[in-house]
Amino acid sequence: MRAAARGRDVLFFQQVLNGLTIGCVYALVALGLTLVYGILRIPNFAHGALYTVGAYAAFALIGRLGANFWLALAGAAAVSAGLAVLSERLVFARLRAAPPLHDMIAAIALLLFFEAGVQAVFGAGFFRIAPLFPQILRFAGLTAPAQRILIVGAAFALMAGLHLFLDRTWTGATIVASAQNRTGAALVGIDADRVSMLTFAISGALAAVAAVLFAPIALLSPAMGELVITKAFVIIILGGMGSVAGAIAGGLVIGFAESFGAFYVSTDFKDIIAFGLLTLILSVRPQGLFGRIAR
Amino acid sequence: MSARPSPFALASFALLASAALFPVLTPNPYYLGVMALAFVGALSALGLNLVAGYAGQLNLAHAGFVAIGAYTVGILTVDHGVPFWIAFALAGVVSAAAGAAVGLVSLRLRGDTFAIFTLCVGFILYLGIEKWDGLTRGVVGLMDIPAPPGIGPVSFATDRGQYYLALGVLAVGVWLMRRITASLVGRSFLAIRNGEALAQALGLNPMRTKLTAFVISTFYAGIAGALYAGQVRFLGPDIARETRTFDALIFAVVGGMGTLLGPVVGAVGMSWAIQALQGLQDYRMVVFGPLLVLCIMFFPAGIVGALEARFARRRAALAEKRLAEAAPVPGAAPRGSHA
Repeated sequence: MRAAARGRDVLFFQQVLNGLTIGCVYALVALGLTLVYGILRIPNFAHGALYTVGAYAAFALIGRLGANFWLALAGAAAVSAGLAVLSERLVFARLRAAPPLHDMIAAIALLLFFEAGVQAVFGAGFFRIAPLFPQILRFAGLTAPAQRILIVGAAFALMAGLHLFLDRTWTGATIVASAQNRTGAALVGIDADRVSMLTFAISGALAAVAAVLFAPIALLSPAMGELVITKAFVIIILGGMGSVAGAIAGGLVIGFAESFGAFYVSTDFKDIIAFGLLTLILSVRPQGLFGRIAR
Repeated sequence: MSARPSPFALASFALLASAALFPVLTPNPYYLGVMALAFVGALSALGLNLVAGYAGQLNLAHAGFVAIGAYTVGILTVDHGVPFWIAFALAGVVSAAAGAAVGLVSLRLRGDTFAIFTLCVGFILYLGIEKWDGLTRGVVGLMDIPAPPGIGPVSFATDRGQYYLALGVLAVGVWLMRRITASLVGRSFLAIRNGEALAQALGLNPMRTKLTAFVISTFYAGIAGALYAGQVRFLGPDIARETRTFDALIFAVVGGMGTLLGPVVGAVGMSWAIQALQGLQDYRMVVFGPLLVLCIMFFPAGIVGALEARFARRRAALAEKRLAEAAPVPGAAPRGSHA
C-alpha cells in the first residue's frame, strides 16, 4: 500500500519535472515571439526556424569545431540573433506599409527558406547533442536528470534577467514603449529601427538558447521547430499577445497540460492537447483568456 | 460597353484551348501527370485565394480541408464500396460542412489570430488523420482507391483521361469562381478585406460574409482533394500538412492574390518550375522561399495582377485619347477626362 502510494508520488514528481522542463522551453520561445509581436503586429512564423537554426548551429559548433557546450550555446544565440536581425532589416522593415497579410506570407516564406536551408546543409536525418550533465540527481528518493534541472534553472534565470532588462533599463523601456505605441515612441525620440533590431536579436537569441538547452533531450531534425513554434503561438494567444508575464505563465500551463496529458490520457494525442485547448478556449471566449484579442 | 468579349474571357479561352491541345502536342504520360496534378493544385489554390485573396482571411488549415475531401473519397470507396462519383460529390459537401464548423468558431477572431488558430486546426486535422488508425489507416495510408469510372463513352482510366477530367473540373471551378467574384457577394468579400469596420458600417454582416467565403473555399478544397484521391489513388496523412497549404499559398501569391486566374497561372507555372528544379527535391524551398519573399515585397500583385494593372492602364490611356479626339477642348487639362 505505502509502496504503491510512494511509486505514485515518484511518477507524479516526474510529470511535474517534465512539464516544468518543456514549459520552460515553450516559455522562452513564446517570450521572443511576444516581444516581436510588439514590433511587427503579426505573428512571426519564421520564429520557429530560428529555434531550429540555433540548435543546428550549436550542433555544428560542437561537432565540427569542438566547442564546449557553453560556447556553442553562445554561438547559436549569436547566429539566430543575426538571422533575426537580417530578416527584420531585409524583409519586415521594408514591408511596414504593406497589409498584414503580406507580412504573414513573408514570414512563412522565411520559415520555409530557413528550414530547407538547414535540411540542405545537414540533411534530413536526426542528430543529438550530448547533454552537458549526463548525471541523474537523486534526492529524498526522487530522481531527476541534471539536464532538466539545468533547463529549468537557466530558463528562469533568463526570464528574470529579461524582466529586469525590460523593467529597469532605459533600453528595455524603449522596447516596451515601442510595443505600446510605435509612433508615440518615435515622437519622444526613440530610434524605432534600433529598437526593432534589438527586439529581433533578443527573440532570436531566446529561441536559440531554448533549442540548445532542450536539444540533449529532444532530437535535432529540420522540422523540430514546427510543433514548438505552433505551441508558442497558442501560448501567446492564451497569455495575451505582447504580454511577457502571459508568455511565461502560458508556457508553463501548456507544458504541464502536455506532460500530465501524455501520462494520464495518451502519448499519441499529447501534441493535440495544446491545440485542443486553444480551440476550446477560443470557441468559448473569442477574446482570449485575458480579453486582449478582440481589439 | 461594347459586345466585345472581356479580356478575362479571352485569356481564359486562350488558356483553356492551349490546355486542351497540350496532350495532342506531348503524349508523354509523365508530363500529362504533372499537368493534371498542377490542375488539382490550381483548384485548391483557387479556393484558398477566395478566402485569403478576396476576403483577406489567411486560412492556414487549407490543406486539412483538401485532405478531408481526399479521405472522404478514399474511405467511402475503399471501405464502404460507395460509387466513386457519389463519394466525389460528398467530398465537397463534407469539406464544406467541416469548413462551416471551423469557420463559425475561427472567423470571430481578428486576422492574425485567425491565421494562428487555423494553423492549429490544420495541425489537429493532420495529427487526427495520422493517429486515427481505425478510420484513416494512419501512417500506413489508404491504398487502392479506384480510378474515376468513365461516364458514358468517356473513360478516365488513362493518363489522358485523368488529364481531361482535372482540366474539366478546373474549368468549371474557374467559371463558377468568376460568377461568384463578379456577384454582389464577391464584392462584399473585397469590402471585408479592405476594411471590416467600413464594410460593417455600410450594412454588411462581416461574420456571414466571411463564413460564406470560407465555406465556398473549403468546398473547392474538398473537390480538389477528391480529384487528388482519384488521380494518385493513394493517401497518406502528409497531404494535410501545413507545407501543402504553403504550396497553395505560393501558387496564389506568385500568380496573383485576389485575381481570378492568378492561382491557375501560379499553380501551372510553379509546378513546372518544381519539375525544372527536381534535382533540389526537398530543398526546393531554398529557392522558392526567397522567391516568395521577393515576390511579396516587389511584386505583390503577382503575374496576373501585374498584367491586369498594365492592361487597365493601357485601356485608360486609350479611353483618354478617344475622349480627347472626340471633344478637343483647347487648354483643357487631361485630368478632366478621368471623371
